Amino acid sequence: MDIGFVLAQSITQALGVTAIIYCLAAIGLNIQFGYTGLLNFGQVAFVTVGAYSIGVVVVTMGLSLWLAIPVALLASVVLALILGIPTLRLRADYLAIVTIAASELLRLVVRSIALRDIFGGVNGINGKIGAQFHALNPLPEDFVTPYLTFSRQDAWVVFVGWVLIAIVSFGVWLLVRSPWGRVVRGIREDEYAVVSLGKNVFVYKMQALILGGMVGALGGIIWAIAKQSVQPDTFVPDVTFFTYTILLLGGAARIFGPIVGAILFWFLLAGVGEFLSQAIQAGWIDFLKPTDVGPIRFILVGMGLMSLMIFRPQGIFGDKRELALDGR
Amino acid sequence: MAVDTHSTLGPRGQASQAALSNVPNVPGSAKPDPILDVHSVKRSFGGLTAVDVEQVQVQRGAITALIGPNGAGKTTFFNLLTGFDAPDTGEWTFNGQQVAGTAPYKLARRGMVRTFQLTKALSRLTVMDNMLLGAKGQTGEHIYAAFFPFLWSKQERANRERAMELLSRFNLAEKSVDFAGSLSGGQRKLLEMARALMSDPELIMLDEPMAGVNPALTQSLLHHIKDIREEGTTVLFVEHDMDMVHDIGDWVIVMAMGQIIAEGPPGAVMKDQNVIDAYLGTHHDKELTDSGKSLTVDSDPEGTHS
Ligand SMILES: Nc1ncnc2c1ncn2[C@@H]1O[C@H](COP(=O)(O)OP(=O)(O)OP(=O)(O)O)[C@@H](O)[C@H]1O
Ligand SMILES: [Mg+2]
Repeated sequence: MDIGFVLAQSITQALGVTAIIYCLAAIGLNIQFGYTGLLNFGQVAFVTVGAYSIGVVVVTMGLSLWLAIPVALLASVVLALILGIPTLRLRADYLAIVTIAASELLRLVVRSIALRDIFGGVNGINGKIGAQFHALNPLPEDFVTPYLTFSRQDAWVVFVGWVLIAIVSFGVWLLVRSPWGRVVRGIREDEYAVVSLGKNVFVYKMQALILGGMVGALGGIIWAIAKQSVQPDTFVPDVTFFTYTILLLGGAARIFGPIVGAILFWFLLAGVGEFLSQAIQAGWIDFLKPTDVGPIRFILVGMGLMSLMIFRPQGIFGDKRELALDGR
Repeated sequence: MAVDTHSTLGPRGQASQAALSNVPNVPGSAKPDPILDVHSVKRSFGGLTAVDVEQVQVQRGAITALIGPNGAGKTTFFNLLTGFDAPDTGEWTFNGQQVAGTAPYKLARRGMVRTFQLTKALSRLTVMDNMLLGAKGQTGEHIYAAFFPFLWSKQERANRERAMELLSRFNLAEKSVDFAGSLSGGQRKLLEMARALMSDPELIMLDEPMAGVNPALTQSLLHHIKDIREEGTTVLFVEHDMDMVHDIGDWVIVMAMGQIIAEGPPGAVMKDQNVIDAYLGTHHDKELTDSGKSLTVDSDPEGTHS
């Protein structure tokens, strides 16, 4: 058993590309769900739109990545409008139903045989999707330290990714402490009260949905660039649920909630998985096979999260006082 | 129509009582200067007709009380007028403009602001944030301006000052940094009223503002309501406490079973046989249906007032 290796693997995962993608998805969800109270159960759809827009523009159409990024953001705005216009005037649960359905619909459309020429069917889009980005990589070689190891390419993505997260978080911080933020937090509590004070609640909810969707799409953009491949069946509803888990773990309606949540979630998931693998190899655990590790780590992490919800329901950063007021 | 509060009436109060003194005490009577003018508003829930108002006007600058037994349709009527519910038929004007079908947030912006019978304090916002939400025309509420605090910080400071003033009027100043969810039921009523006043409404519609407020505070609140009127705001309020209605109401509108059954100054209305029937009907269970029946027959204004 090499505890140092387990730790190194976990830290690398916690700060790696996947954590960054989920962190961005969770920041977006925090705007929508955490601050505004919108039950978006299809955050993966925005990630999908971000990733596929990059893939289609760069590989299918053969155009520049720098054109693809604004196209991806624009596409996420369009998706938000399509989801929001029919549902945001209705009760909160309609948005939940429509978003989860739309996210699956989107996955089925991009993997369909009929549209294979555009989206690549079940194989998705592969190729030098992020070449223009990686060409700018200033790093001379792979990033290797005892506890943190990235390939040269990943290190560049990770660096840009965390800078991006810092910028986006700063923007969200500015927003939520402004009068705009006050209105959306009011909507989260009781939209009729906010209406009675002369605010156009529909517009605010739409703005929050669009903004959160665009941040989610940033996650998809990084996904496409970092992995140089966009596969339809990775964009399953699980992505949305992990995103919710991350947000609740870190604390909803907190600027650092999604960041801490993403880091911790991937640290735990990787750590538990690696630990189990090593323990099986070392013969400490004989009732499990190496192939069981994948599902078992989710069970263990899930149980950990359940106890978190029981003992610290507001998440790591949340304010207990805010939660205590709920039922009144 | 001698009202025992004449001594404490300010100039606007005296003016509005004078203006109303020539208005006939019949349901639907025309007012000299109506801020609200309602025609044939009807709303049914399935088979139940909750509101069926032929005609009613609310005098500008006056304090008008809307009273009636439980289930009379007062809250539903409020919901309809403020756009929170849509009527089956009917139209009404606010400040001379047709406003039926107007979105509720637009009505609020135009100066018709209401509170709710079941308070809607925004629990996980501080008392101060609740107040600030009430302020109108905030630059920082636009998403682009929100990113640049220097565009709105001055306005925000002014709003804060105003909010503190209102909060101290309503005995909530020390609570300003607490979450609204930590307030008592009565305090929430006060907060909601103060919040509605943040927008300087032309017409404020209060749905049972005194329910759950302690008697000592009620007195000072009555003064506040009179002050609001002296500042030029028209007040329309629903209330079950007859003393309060008597004390501050310039004019009383009585609803029963969805209809306006009587109107007039408080003194006259409380003696009206229709009104007594409507109220006694709800207080004596065994007579409920009988008096309920006679009420609809008697509600013909010609029968009692001509
Ligand atoms: N959403 C609704 N669905 C069905 N019936 C309703 C609805 N809202 C109100 N009603 C009915 O309409 C009638 C009038 O209700 P409303 O709340 O307007 O009475 P109210 O005069 O405000 O009474 P209270 O003094 O008790 O507040 C009642 O009989 C009520 O049951
Ligand atoms: Mg009511």
